[in-house]
Amino acid sequence: MIKVESISKSYQATKALNRISFEVTQGELFGLIGPDGAGKTSLMRILMTLLVPDEGKASMSGLDVVRDYKQIRQLVGYMPGRFSLYQDLSVEENLEFFATVFGITIAENYELIKDIYVQIEPFKKRLAGKLSGGMKQKLALSCALIHKPEILVLDEPTTGVDAVSRKEFWEMLKKLQQQGITILVSTPYMDEASLCDRVALMQKGEVMEIDSPARIVENYTRTLLAARSDNMNRLIQDVRNWDEVESAYAFGQFIHVTPKRNEMEAVELEKFLMTQKHEKLQVNEISPGIEDVFMALMKEKE
Amino acid sequence: MKTPVISVKNLVKKFGSFVANDHLTFDVYRGEIFGFLGANGAGKTTAMRILCGLSAPTSGELMVGGYDVYSQTEQIKRNIGYMSQKFSLYEDMTIAENIRFYGGIYGLSVKERKAKEEVLLSKLSLQGERDKLIASLPLGWKQKLAFSVALLHDPQIIFLDEPTGGVDPITRRQFWDFIYEASADGKTIFVTTHYMDEAEYCDRVSIMVDGRIAALDTPEKLKKQFEAADMNEVFLKLARKAKATE
Repeated sequence: MIKVESISKSYQATKALNRISFEVTQGELFGLIGPDGAGKTSLMRILMTLLVPDEGKASMSGLDVVRDYKQIRQLVGYMPGRFSLYQDLSVEENLEFFATVFGITIAENYELIKDIYVQIEPFKKRLAGKLSGGMKQKLALSCALIHKPEILVLDEPTTGVDAVSRKEFWEMLKKLQQQGITILVSTPYMDEASLCDRVALMQKGEVMEIDSPARIVENYTRTLLAARSDNMNRLIQDVRNWDEVESAYAFGQFIHVTPKRNEMEAVELEKFLMTQKHEKLQVNEISPGIEDVFMALMKEKE
Repeated sequence: MKTPVISVKNLVKKFGSFVANDHLTFDVYRGEIFGFLGANGAGKTTAMRILCGLSAPTSGELMVGGYDVYSQTEQIKRNIGYMSQKFSLYEDMTIAENIRFYGGIYGLSVKERKAKEEVLLSKLSLQGERDKLIASLPLGWKQKLAFSVALLHDPQIIFLDEPTGGVDPITRRQFWDFIYEASADGKTIFVTTHYMDEAEYCDRVSIMVDGRIAALDTPEKLKKQFEAADMNEVFLKLARKAKATE
């Protein structure tokens, strides 16, 4: 459905995208995972026919993003990163506006947005600018869907959104996917990668890896140990100062430690930390998460 | 006895009939890393603006750094630092210009400012880079510099409003190293975040739901209290209840 072939884009001296290639198949939920400056927005804008690439080709549903931009706009729905609805129109008027632009009525495709729209319908007379963050998001999604697009593109829909609303938003996306819509979504939250069928891990205009979240994690072959003690501050210092350790990062209540020797076992680290007089020690070997892999790939690139 | 640096008693803030902050009561102690969490719209930003002296409460007794939030807002502003992901340094000014600019804003004398500038640059090993534009710096440096600039006037308390939003996972963790360092220096850190792993790094965490503080304790105790494996679960348990009423 989406095909990206060696796309590059620069803004003056800054290389925003460097030979990006990937494909998204029909009905897939595909994630672009990476921090600010990874190139996610530039890439999406190119696919949305809002930006012309310097090099490379891309197509949406077989249509070229440069040549066939008019047809593409009919079959894609786009939710940009910044709230882009009309703040001084009401909820209802915004939806009406988007339907009219696409030459349809709300009633025609109401079924598709129903589950989402009913949550904001009690406020349909309210100005969009006066909605809470969560409601704005639901309205923006409704507007992006009202013309029943084949492909839905969402640029960081969950950035700055609290953990509960994020969870709900992903549940909505899953439901849309079940209705056959192909979804391309970007996020800086690494934990959201596991909710996608496949992801591209992006950093500084490059794709570091593309695969299913499960395979990305499986393919990571380095040993990873998790440690905690009653003094986390000192623990991380002590671990970093040990010359057997390549890197150590805080991960919530644990520290994730990558030893230089892949054969190192948890008990070796534990023994070392006991000599440093740590109390309530807990050291285990763990399987990595997407964030661990992302950080390892970042360091490889440097 | 621990002395509170921020003391909030029965803070109420209303906008018309809407109660954004509904009788908040809490203390924050010197050197503490205090996590201020809550769902969107729970009233965090409102409370934070009041604590920074930018907005007056409707009622309640509040002291920040020993100053009263009704009558001494200028003193409060001079004694706090502020940084967010959205607002930090001016991209089209150089490192040195930003330091000079903020030094001026915070009312440092030319002599003080020059001394601070040298200390700051040498501490960050950026002496050779002083004339570089902020825009040209890697994100990690920008963050480090923004944090140091927010500390330029030696504030007792530093407010961090989602300082790590959109930041890559390595830089995000480096940033928490600076937070720990500042806290070890006796600075009080008041921080908001949507990353629940970061809630684990705080000394104490408060979670706001619908204008009230629904829970406040160390991460360890909160997890016990709510029978949760991690802070994410604590947050979901608390905030989900509130959702039903939105």
